[in-house]
Amino acid sequence: MMAFFNTDLGIVILTLLKSLALIVPLLIGVAYLTYAERKVMGAIQLRKGPNVVGPFGLAQPFADALKMMFKETIIPAGSDRVLFIMAPMITFGLAVIAWAVIPVNDGWAIANINVGILYLLAISSLGVYGIIIAGWASNSKYAFLGALRSAAQMVSYEVSMGFVIVTVLICVGSLNLNDIVMAQQHIWFAIPLFPMFVIFFISGLAETNRAPFDLAEGDTEIVAGFFVEYSAMSFALFFLGEYANMILISATTTVLFLGGWLSPLPFAPFTWVPGVFWFLIKLFACLFVFIWVRATLPRYRYDQLMTLGWKVFLPISLGYLVLVAGVLEVFGWLPNV
Amino acid sequence: MIANILFYIVSAILLTSAVMVVSSRNPVHSVLFLILAFINAAVLFLMAGAEFLAMVLVIVYVGAVAVLFMFVVMMLDVDFVALREGVQRYAPIGAAVGLVLFAELAFVAVSWTISPGANLLRLSPTPTDVTNTVALGSLLYTKYIFLFQMAGAILLVSMIGAIVLTLRDRNRGKRQNVDLQHARMPADTMRMVNAKLGEGAKMPAPTEEVL
Repeated sequence: MMAFFNTDLGIVILTLLKSLALIVPLLIGVAYLTYAERKVMGAIQLRKGPNVVGPFGLAQPFADALKMMFKETIIPAGSDRVLFIMAPMITFGLAVIAWAVIPVNDGWAIANINVGILYLLAISSLGVYGIIIAGWASNSKYAFLGALRSAAQMVSYEVSMGFVIVTVLICVGSLNLNDIVMAQQHIWFAIPLFPMFVIFFISGLAETNRAPFDLAEGDTEIVAGFFVEYSAMSFALFFLGEYANMILISATTTVLFLGGWLSPLPFAPFTWVPGVFWFLIKLFACLFVFIWVRATLPRYRYDQLMTLGWKVFLPISLGYLVLVAGVLEVFGWLPNV
Repeated sequence: MIANILFYIVSAILLTSAVMVVSSRNPVHSVLFLILAFINAAVLFLMAGAEFLAMVLVIVYVGAVAVLFMFVVMMLDVDFVALREGVQRYAPIGAAVGLVLFAELAFVAVSWTISPGANLLRLSPTPTDVTNTVALGSLLYTKYIFLFQMAGAILLVSMIGAIVLTLRDRNRGKRQNVDLQHARMPADTMRMVNAKLGEGAKMPAPTEEVL
């Protein structure tokens, strides 16, 4: 049996099985993240949240999914049909394929590649296309405005995000996500690189178009922004893509700064717990902050958003990068590669 | 086997999309085909074992350069009738440029010689025991550091040039002064009044205060 998995066909089948084992929990996670968001925001705003369908409203995500599936898909007359249908697929597809490199435990990644973190950066830089194509293909003013906003926003925040990642990389000396986690055995990078941790998380909010940076949707100004013309399943794919991206950014934050699957304290009772459990706990903590931020902060104005990205985050991350490099060099802590 | 099949599929997509960049009528579709071509080129890099170059190609070209292309092309108001008229007028020039390029390519292909220095490079082959990110870095930051820094300086200068060319006087429109807003106290702007019944409060004449 094991010999079969070493043949060409076997490797393909094994990879498919691995992908399935990741995608199914991910999709269930996405479904329940929407539920969790509504419950948590309900609690913050002194409401009950969904509580009708199933016990505690637990079947609500599935009810929503069914509703979306049975609605009519409307394609606007003046739209570019092919691109209009492709855009949500791109958004959702990218949100899923980025997961191929995330290690949920020691070596538990579908592809444990040398340039894991660059792969993540590449995929997240592609994410803007789903939005920009949707905005253009809809042939609608609101959608187009939303797409332009989002394109400028994602490109701006990617710059400081890149510098944050470089700072982590010079502390690790490897682009492999597994190595990045293992380098945090003594101390999580969130502590020595705390400012970068904060910048990364906030850039993550901007990168996923989440509140308070959800200007691409901006319901009060441009109706719903880039997906204003979408309905039924094509809308659902955008919706799922946004939540999958949230989980992805949380997972990236966990891997880069919170020590991935490592236990918070490196001795007995903590190390008995399997790594996946720690990974998930950290992931959930990040996701909770995502929701918390959305329920707490009002939306940024567009010029404030740009000022924050270019005039605050970029200089700080650049300066901190030089500082970290200098400290590592002076004390001889640079990793050997 | 699988790698061979994949190579031909990816190359076919790359070439087709490269042709479509030139031949598709809609400029936005052209940019999208260009992006497809970039991504397939990245896959080819990946298959050649150059994973760092593959990822950088996607991050830089697809993630940044092509987004800006797309930005510009989407904002353009393309007049197809005028475009078609232009094609006839500029066809001779285009053909001439194409001919020159083709002649140059042919010249290169015919008179191709391998530099004698190239054999020396084989004496220090890419080390196989390190990832190609490390190999690239240890070459770029040691042997070619001056060229590398020079390229960076040129890019910086061109960036400054672009900013200088496009920076205009921005005094039109409202600007926000955050420090001034933070320094604002309630006493500066508020006045407590006991308004008498039937008379109301008297407002002072509005002063010119722009924040």
